[in-house]
Amino acid sequence: MLRLSLRRRRALLPWLFLGPGLLWLVIFFAIPLVNQLNVSLQTGDPETGYTFNWAFGTYSEAIGDYHEQFLRSIGYSATATVLCFVIAFPLAYFIAFKAGRYKNVMLLLIVLPFFVSYVLRTVSWQLILSDNGWVAERLRDVGLIGEDGRLLATRTAVIAGITYNFLPFMALPLYVSLEKIDRRLIEAATDLYASRATAFRKVTLPLALPGIFAGSLLTFIPACGDFINAALLGTPRQYMIGNVIQNKFLVIQDYPEAAALSFILMSFILVGIGLYARALGARNLTEAAI
Amino acid sequence: MAVEAPPAAARPAAAPSGSRPVPHRADRLRTWALGMWSALALLYLFIPIFIIVLFSFNDPQGRFNFTWQGFTLDHWSNPFANPDIATAMKNSLLIAGISTLIATALGTFMAMALVRYGFRGRGAVDFFIFLPLSTPEVVLGAALLALFLTAGINTGFATIVIAHVMFTISYVVVTVKARLEGMDRHIEEAAMDLGATEWATFRKVTFPMIAPGVAAAALLAAAISVDDYVITSFNAGQTVTFPLFIFGATRQGVPPEVNVLATALLLIVLILMALNVVVQRRLARRDAVRQAAAAADVP
Repeated sequence: MLRLSLRRRRALLPWLFLGPGLLWLVIFFAIPLVNQLNVSLQTGDPETGYTFNWAFGTYSEAIGDYHEQFLRSIGYSATATVLCFVIAFPLAYFIAFKAGRYKNVMLLLIVLPFFVSYVLRTVSWQLILSDNGWVAERLRDVGLIGEDGRLLATRTAVIAGITYNFLPFMALPLYVSLEKIDRRLIEAATDLYASRATAFRKVTLPLALPGIFAGSLLTFIPACGDFINAALLGTPRQYMIGNVIQNKFLVIQDYPEAAALSFILMSFILVGIGLYARALGARNLTEAAI
Repeated sequence: MAVEAPPAAARPAAAPSGSRPVPHRADRLRTWALGMWSALALLYLFIPIFIIVLFSFNDPQGRFNFTWQGFTLDHWSNPFANPDIATAMKNSLLIAGISTLIATALGTFMAMALVRYGFRGRGAVDFFIFLPLSTPEVVLGAALLALFLTAGINTGFATIVIAHVMFTISYVVVTVKARLEGMDRHIEEAAMDLGATEWATFRKVTFPMIAPGVAAAALLAAAISVDDYVITSFNAGQTVTFPLFIFGATRQGVPPEVNVLATALLLIVLILMALNVVVQRRLARRDAVRQAAAAADVP
């Protein structure tokens, strides 16, 4: 009898531990998402209030009106993710394999900019790229950009800003997975007459896949919803879907369409993660990303 | 599997085991190129930081802190001259403190349940906790605001705390889980075999062992909370946090006091990290001395 009650207590214990946190996530994460789906199917306006009437039309309207911003978000984020990878992979490789006793210092240097506010760092780029700034003037001097050419308020500025802000999110997972690689495997490959390039392609790169997977997700997902870079470094012509959602919610107060837009964004990202995980052959999403 | 024999000249003779092969010229060149690339990447990370530090010493004529006008220490002597900055900073720190406390407590227990107990639905819970991490912040913020609007709750300080707890819990769970997974269960079993109750085991064995993981999780949660703009902007109401203040100030130019506070924070972090290194070295040396003494005792 005693054993049974003990076993039952044992079965209850994990849920007791999980309870409060899970409840918080259900109330303030899951229910809002369901509620948002509900809001997106309502019609009305801020004055008279909204009523629920399965207004699927909002979705086609949202896609019709803002497919440009959607495609732009995906394009900018994908470009920034690739750039992050190109910049961060050699850096992570150097730290993992060559840095020796400077390893910790270099890792520290990657993390350090995090301690300066994200918004402030972006404002700082705004200052650097500004029309009468030092960089723009020098580039005009040497004729790389025209007399009235601009650095700020261009697509390049927004993509560079996103790349900058999410670079550590790419570099750190890459470093972790490269660091874990057993060097003897690479040695074995070269001992078996694989060239350096072949050993890299067939041993190092596949073993770094979890890091590439995690890094590109950690870069692409926040980049897709970001609106700070486009707001500070771009103009409405560079606005991304995040800017539209924020504007609809906080300024225009067109809640149904804003809710529809963020629902579309979230579904796109979830489907995207699934496909990407398949393509890379990651065994388990959470396992690889964490 | 056919292995093609490479031309003998292209392949150096296998080095005898134990000795390292002499690096080739091409190898050195490769390492050098990698090093240069890494240095440039790190420079890229630090360019805006240099500008932020530099402009904390700027003496702007008028309200704009856009161009270099001259050196001054005025802003350093009184960074809270602007009362709005002081309020924003106070709000940010308070929100970070409260939300970190709640999120760390809730998240640590969740991580313990997930690592320690096999129970039905664990995979689903794992996935559910992972979901907020893979949702763009703009969606999290907007959805939460929609809920508050539907429920007729006014947004402000409390709703910011609720939002911050919600999106930092997952980070805490992930961090503490990593620590728990690397832990030796036998030590706890030994404590219980020796008659310790579950609670005593947790207090005297488990918690001290996971404490570094919990501390790291709390630091991460606090850092994310202090720096958050996106989710906060949706749920802030009339409350202004530090990132919201900076974003709001961009139109007129961010006051140099903001640069001062950012630079000061950076300095504090650097000093703490240096102290950490020193303490770790001391501890390592002490352990080495003790081990040497213990070894000397054993015949």
